[in-house]
Amino acid sequence: MAPHDPDAHYVSDSPYDPEAERQLIERKDLDYATWVLVWRRFLKNRLAVLSGIFLLAIYIQLPFIDFLSPYSHTVRDDDHLNAPPQPVGIFDGGFIVTYPMTETLDMQTLQRVYTADYDNPQPLRWFASCGAPYSFLGIWESDNHLVCPPEGGTFYPFGTDRLGRDMLSRLMHSARLSLTIGLIGVAISFAIGMVVGGIAGYFGGWVDAIVQRAIEVIRSLPELPIWLALSAAIPAHWGPEAVFFVISIILGLLDWPGLARAVRSKFLALREEEYVRAAELMGASTARIIAAHMMPNFMSHLVASATLSIPAMILGETALSFLGLGLRPPAVSWGLMLNDALTLGQGAITITPWVLWPLAPVILVVLAYNFLGDGIRDALDPYS
Amino acid sequence: MRVTPLLRVEGLSVCFGAGAGAMEVVKGVDLTLRRGESLAIVGESGSGKTVTGKAILRILPRAARITAGRAVLTGAGGKEVDLFGLSEPRMRAIRGGRIAMIFQEPMSSLSPLHTVGNQVAEALRLHRKKSGAEGRRICLETFAEVGFPDPERAWSAYPFELSGGLRQRAMIAMAMVCRPDLVIADEPTTALDVTTQAQVLDLMRRLQTGTGMSMIMITHDLGVVANMADSVLVMRRGEVVESGPTRVILTDPGHGYTRALIAAAPKIPECMSGGLGEVRDPILWARNLSKTYPGRISGLGKQAAPVQAVQDVEIVIGRGETLAVVGESGSGKSTVARLLLRAEDPDPGAEIGFRGRDGETQDVATMTRARLKAFRRRVQIVFQDPYSSLSPRMSVLDILTEPLEVHGLGTRAERRQRAAELMEKVGLSPAHLGRFPHAFSGGQRQRICIARALALDPEMIVCDEPTSALDVSVQAQVLDLLKGLRKEMGLSYLFISHDLTVVAELADRVAVMRRGRIVEQAPAKLLFENPRHPYTIALIAASPEPDVNRRLDLAAVARGAGDPECWPEPFGYRGHQAPPLHEIEPGHYVSCAA
Repeated sequence: MAPHDPDAHYVSDSPYDPEAERQLIERKDLDYATWVLVWRRFLKNRLAVLSGIFLLAIYIQLPFIDFLSPYSHTVRDDDHLNAPPQPVGIFDGGFIVTYPMTETLDMQTLQRVYTADYDNPQPLRWFASCGAPYSFLGIWESDNHLVCPPEGGTFYPFGTDRLGRDMLSRLMHSARLSLTIGLIGVAISFAIGMVVGGIAGYFGGWVDAIVQRAIEVIRSLPELPIWLALSAAIPAHWGPEAVFFVISIILGLLDWPGLARAVRSKFLALREEEYVRAAELMGASTARIIAAHMMPNFMSHLVASATLSIPAMILGETALSFLGLGLRPPAVSWGLMLNDALTLGQGAITITPWVLWPLAPVILVVLAYNFLGDGIRDALDPYS
Repeated sequence: MRVTPLLRVEGLSVCFGAGAGAMEVVKGVDLTLRRGESLAIVGESGSGKTVTGKAILRILPRAARITAGRAVLTGAGGKEVDLFGLSEPRMRAIRGGRIAMIFQEPMSSLSPLHTVGNQVAEALRLHRKKSGAEGRRICLETFAEVGFPDPERAWSAYPFELSGGLRQRAMIAMAMVCRPDLVIADEPTTALDVTTQAQVLDLMRRLQTGTGMSMIMITHDLGVVANMADSVLVMRRGEVVESGPTRVILTDPGHGYTRALIAAAPKIPECMSGGLGEVRDPILWARNLSKTYPGRISGLGKQAAPVQAVQDVEIVIGRGETLAVVGESGSGKSTVARLLLRAEDPDPGAEIGFRGRDGETQDVATMTRARLKAFRRRVQIVFQDPYSSLSPRMSVLDILTEPLEVHGLGTRAERRQRAAELMEKVGLSPAHLGRFPHAFSGGQRQRICIARALALDPEMIVCDEPTSALDVSVQAQVLDLLKGLRKEMGLSYLFISHDLTVVAELADRVAVMRRGRIVEQAPAKLLFENPRHPYTIALIAASPEPDVNRRLDLAAVARGAGDPECWPEPFGYRGHQAPPLHEIEPGHYVSCAA
C-alpha cells in the first residue's frame, strides 16, 4: 500500500443515505421488555441459576415432606439412641438396602457401640405404608411414604439423635419452619420498609429526617440481645405455631431499616429521572407516577435486597433456637436440632458428630440465597 | 514533503470482544501527521474516533484489541518505532513523555485527592527525572504558560477548587509539562461553556505554534476543526470517509456524509428574517419571576446562604413564535423553564400568565390542581437527555399513549391510532411502536420525546436543550423537525439552549441570561445584527463556525466572558445590583446603567 499522503484529498466511496439512517434500529439486542433483558442476563450467571433451581426444588418439597421423609419427626426408637449413620448398600439383594445395626455397650467407656451386619441386607420398601398416619396437606389422612424402612429393619442414613429419632426425617421436617420463617420475616420487613421508606422518600424534609434518625437508632442497637429480650417475653404456654409467628415478626421488625433505606434512596433517585418529571408535567397524578413509573423500576431492586436479607433471617432463627429462645419443641427446626447438640456439649463433636448435620442445610440455603440475590442484583440493569 | 511525518498510522483496525461476537469498531484507518501540524479526527458518537486516538496510545478498554496495523512514531534523530510492537514498559515511557493525552472530562481525569501541582509534577518526575525545586519551577512556568492567573495558587489547589475551564487548563499543563512531540486531545472543550471553549482552543493553538508540537484533535465540531486543524480525517462507523487539508474539505467536501456534516453545523445566517418590535399576541408571559433556593443545611442547623437561581426575569412568548433563552450552565435558564411550567413554585410576587386559543387569560402562578392539569395539556416539555426521559420499561406505544390515558382521552383503539400518527409526524415508522426505547439512537429517542409532547395537541412546547446531547447532524434534523411542526401545528416554543448559533435559525426572539438575570433581550434579527451587551457579543464571537476564513474573535470573547465585575461600563456591576433593562430600540432591551 502506498504511504498515506496528508496533502491528498481522499474521498471514500462508501454510501451515505440519511433517510434510511433515520429509521435504522441501532440496538436490536436491547429491543425487549426490561424483564426479558433482566431474565436473559440472569440466566448467564450459572451459579445464581443453579442456586435458584436448588432453592425452588427444596421449597416445592415443603408441602410433601410427610410423604418424602421415611419417618415422622417425633417417632422415637429406643433401640437406636445416638446411633451413627447406618450403612446403605446398592444392588445387594435389592435396589437400595440397609444393613441392620446391633447395639452393644462398651463396658470400659460406657459408650453405645453399633456394629452393622453386612451379611443381612434388608431392601427398602418404596411407596409403602409405614409409621403413624399423617394428614396430607390437611386434605386426607395417609400413611404412605416415598420410602419406608425395611420390614422389621431401620433406615437411619444420617444417624439418630439422643432420643433415637431419625436425623434425616428431622432435617427434612425442620426445613418447613426454618425456610418459611425467612419468607414471613422478609414479608413483614418488606411491608414496613416499603411504607416507611416510601413515606420518607416521598415527603422528604423533616419526615425524612425523623425516619432516618430512627433508622440510625434502630441499627445501632445490638441485634442479639434485642432478639433475646423480645423472644423471652413470649409466654411459655403459647403453642408452637404462635411462637413461630411471633419469632418471625420479631425477625421482621428488626430487619426493616435496611429495606426502608433502599426504598428511600431509590425513590429519591427515581424522582429525579426525567421520565418521571415528564409524567408529572403531562399532568399524571402522584398515584399514577408512583404506580406506573416508579414502582416497576424500584421493585426489582427491592426483590434483590429482600432476597439478600432472607439468609439473615434464617440465620437469626437458627441462632435464637440454638440458644433455646426461639421455637420450642415439639416444633422442629435446624436451630432446635442444633440446640439438641448443645445439650450434648463437647460430645456432640467427638462422639456423635452426626448431630451437627443441620449445619449443612443452613450453610447451603444461606449460600444459595446469597448467590441468587447477587445474581438478581447484577442482572437488574441490563442496559449498562 | 519538506517535513518528515512524526506519526504514521497504517491500516489500524480495532475489535471489541472476541470470537463470533467481535465487533470491528475501527476498520483500516490510515493517517499521517507531520511535525508541528495538527490533525482533526471528526466524527459522531460511535464513529470510532476516540478509539483511534486511544489505540495510538494503547490505552484501549479491556474488551478492545488492536487487530491490525502499525503506528510508526519518528524520533528526533529519525529513529522509527512501531508503537504497537513496543513492550509495555517502553510504551509507558512514551505515554505522557513523547505523546500526551488530554481528556474530555477534566474533573474525572484529575485525582481529587492530590493537588494540581502534585499531579503535574508527577509527570515531570516520571518522564524527565526532574523533581524538587527544579520540577516546581518548570511546573510553575507551565502553569503561567497555560494561562493560570496565579501559578502559585494553582500549584497548591485541588481540582475541585478550580472552575471547569481552569481544570482543563490544568490537564493541558499536565500534558504539556514534559514537552511532548504529540498531544492527542479527545474532545477537550466539549464539556466547557462556549466562551471558555473559545479561550481554551485559543490557548491550545498558541501552545502548539509556540512549542512546535503536533496535535491530534478528536472532535465532533467542525467549527473547532476550522479553527484548529491543518488537516482533517472524517470518520464514520469506523471508516475514514474523507481526509485531506482542512481548507479543501471544508470548502469542497467530496463525500455525502461530510457535506451533510457541514450543512448541519449550526451557523448564524447572513441575513436574518423574523419579526421586529414588541410581541403582539402573547401566549405565555412572566413578570418579576424569581427563584431562591434555600441554602443547604449542613450538620446541626447550619445553613449556607440561599442561592438566587433566577432574579426578576421578565419574558413574553408570542403565539406561534419561538423565544430562545440562551445562557451558560448555571445561568438559570432551565429554572425559568421549570417555573413557567409550574414544575416548581416561583418566589412570591411573580406573575405568570397564559392565554390559550380560547382567549381566556389564566394566572399560572396561583392555579389550582385541577386547572393546572388542564394547563399541562396545553403546554408540554421536551427534555435534554433523550436517554433518561423515556422510561426503559415502557414500549414506545405505552409511552405515546400515556398522556392520553392520563387525561382520559379516546378509546384504546383511538389512542393506538393517535400514537401511530404521532410517530409519522416525527418522521419515524409506526412499525416501531412495539419497540422499547433502548433500541433507538439518541436522535430517534428525541423524536419519540417530541411525539410524546405532541400527543395532547398542545399549544406550546418548552424545549429544554433538546439537542445538546445529540450529534451535530442529528441536531440539525431535530431542529428542522421542530421548525416544521411549529408551522404545521401553530405551536409556540420556549427554546432553552447554551448555544446562540443553534437557536439562530429557529428563534424569533432571544433572551440572553447570565447569573439568573436577563442581560439582553431582542428580536433575533436585532440581537444577532446589533448585539449590544458585551456578554452577548462574547457568546456570538465564541461559537466556532466551520469556516476557515472566520476564526474566533478572542478579544470580543475576553471582554464579555468574565464576571459582571469585569464588564466595561455601563454594563458591569457588583454583587446583586444589576442595572435594569433599557429599551434601546423597539423590542431590544439591554441591561445597562442608563
